[in-house]
Amino acid sequence: MAGAGGRAPLGLRRWLSSAAPAPRVCVVGSGPAGFYTAQHILKHHGGALVDIYEKLPVPFGLVRFGVAPDHPEVKNVTNTFTQTARSGRCGFYGNVTVGRDVTVPELQRAYHAVVLSYGAEDNRVLGIPGENLPGVYSARAFVGWYNGLPENQDLKPDLSCETALILGHGNVALDIARILLSPLQLLRKTDITDSSLAALACSKVKRVWLVGRRGPLQVAFTIKELREMINLPGARAVLDPADFTGLESAVKDASRPRKRLTELMIKTALEKPVEMQAAAAGAAAPREWGLKFQRSPQEVLPSADGRRARGVRMALTRLEGLGDSAKAIPTGDVEELECGLVLSSIGYRSLPLDPAVPFDSQRGVIPNSSGRVEGVPGLYCSGWVKRGPTGVIITTMNDSFDTAQSLLEDLQGGVLDLSPSREGFGLVESILHSRGVRPVSFSDWEKIDAAEVARGKAAGKPREKIVDPAEMLRIIGH
Amino acid sequence: MAAPGPARLLRAAAASSRRWLFSSTSPAAGPRPGCSGAAAAARAARPFSLSARAVLSSEDKITVHFINRDGDKLTAKGKPGDSLLDVVVNNNLDIDGFGACEGTLACSTCHLIFEDHIFEKLDAITDEEMDMLDLAYGLTETSRLGCQICLKKSMNDMTVRVPEAVADVRQSVDMSKNS
Repeated sequence: MAGAGGRAPLGLRRWLSSAAPAPRVCVVGSGPAGFYTAQHILKHHGGALVDIYEKLPVPFGLVRFGVAPDHPEVKNVTNTFTQTARSGRCGFYGNVTVGRDVTVPELQRAYHAVVLSYGAEDNRVLGIPGENLPGVYSARAFVGWYNGLPENQDLKPDLSCETALILGHGNVALDIARILLSPLQLLRKTDITDSSLAALACSKVKRVWLVGRRGPLQVAFTIKELREMINLPGARAVLDPADFTGLESAVKDASRPRKRLTELMIKTALEKPVEMQAAAAGAAAPREWGLKFQRSPQEVLPSADGRRARGVRMALTRLEGLGDSAKAIPTGDVEELECGLVLSSIGYRSLPLDPAVPFDSQRGVIPNSSGRVEGVPGLYCSGWVKRGPTGVIITTMNDSFDTAQSLLEDLQGGVLDLSPSREGFGLVESILHSRGVRPVSFSDWEKIDAAEVARGKAAGKPREKIVDPAEMLRIIGH
Repeated sequence: MAAPGPARLLRAAAASSRRWLFSSTSPAAGPRPGCSGAAAAARAARPFSLSARAVLSSEDKITVHFINRDGDKLTAKGKPGDSLLDVVVNNNLDIDGFGACEGTLACSTCHLIFEDHIFEKLDAITDEEMDMLDLAYGLTETSRLGCQICLKKSMNDMTVRVPEAVADVRQSVDMSKNS
């Protein structure tokens, strides 16, 4: 294996000569951050043992519950994760909620190092009146609903209106717009849950607005997702050319991604007149979507009977400052946008896990330096809980490799207490047993996986996800 | 999804065989071949032309040098029409995180940097590849995705460089040989 080259690390020699016990590492969370961290440690330390703990009975976190069902390519990463989990040096313990079934201090006593990779299970809230009206949902819950996340199966979003408004200009907002407007025959071939597919089949939504507080130069989505939306069969992009006036020259010196993204929006906006003619000729797509800028939500407006959302009052804004740091300042003008469905997609948020772990509630992350949790030797973090809920798969991969690297450096530098009394899962097992918690192994998951794939086969889908944890546990005889 | 064709199965098998830790295979979703036309046809024909392949002389193979993140040079051979991702997979080259989406243009982990004279002669780049390159780390003027670049005879002996990821700026620690 390449990599070590001629410089055999000091720590390696020490490890070999002293016949020290294998370092035992615990990873909390089995999403991409957890698996990429585990992968890097196992690969670059030939003796390390890594145990991954997961709250749900099933692994892979946002790859299963976040990545859109019509993006199966991204889910290919689970092939590598599966290889990692099948390693003799890797353990998987699902159905274990760290912080409840076992505490972080208990894990610290059982392992030489603990990595927190538990992601961002909450979302930021709008904090405006009417936010809790029926018809208003968080994007996180909506995504969890169509992706089979157990906690969101009761969402049953009301899709009986024609216009949906998504607050936010990120990739999650585009994912939701695409799912709402995709032709059903495209979704049928995906691993979207049967119940959400049935709900979408009855959906009346034919128009989706994505609304942001700032302008086209501040959108957070990436170009692949935008292009996909533009090319979505049966849906027409409605962009106002006026929103893009002068932007061509403004992005001349911008970074390449920003420049190309803006140019694609401009091109789409300017193509509009041609499509309008086609529409007039009767060749109109029945569905449409568009981007609205410089509008900040002030209030979700209730219907006359006060029982559901009928629109959102927006404060128009002007931008102060340039680029990413531009701020949206209300101009004093307001506008009402009518819609029966409001999806708030303004960001995910990590939660503190355990009083023993420092947490920066302002930024929603665990304070750390290259993944080393500040002030707590032997405790690490990776992924969204380390750097905030942004980025694509390669961002989390690099970020997790970075944390793994810090951990390996600390192993090499003798910083970690490698006492043999830290027996790893052996210790945790007795704690879990005493609390009546029965973990799910990776081979257990593979039985659930096989059941899901078999159910999907009948319907021509890659899998039919099981959405009830109790049913998952029945399949493996728990 | 249609049943996987022979080419897909081959690629899927290759994708899992390269995994550094373990041996079992897992079905991969069908990758989108980056190499088109004759190359794809050649790949599809592979299972039916084993004897022809057996006599393929080493001169028909194309040598590629990869400069890994730590500066190590990895040298491997591939057949005309193979993508650079195929070369990495088939030869088990150890490049961290390479090809995460298995050649389906859904990530940028197979980003490679080319020599000027090779880069200039590469096939035209698609918008979709450009879109993923936008998210690549350490993008250069001569960057492409390895899954989209197919070997040609004129590429023999070329050197491609694996870009530094942010995580790899620090000196890497490797204790992998102590098992």
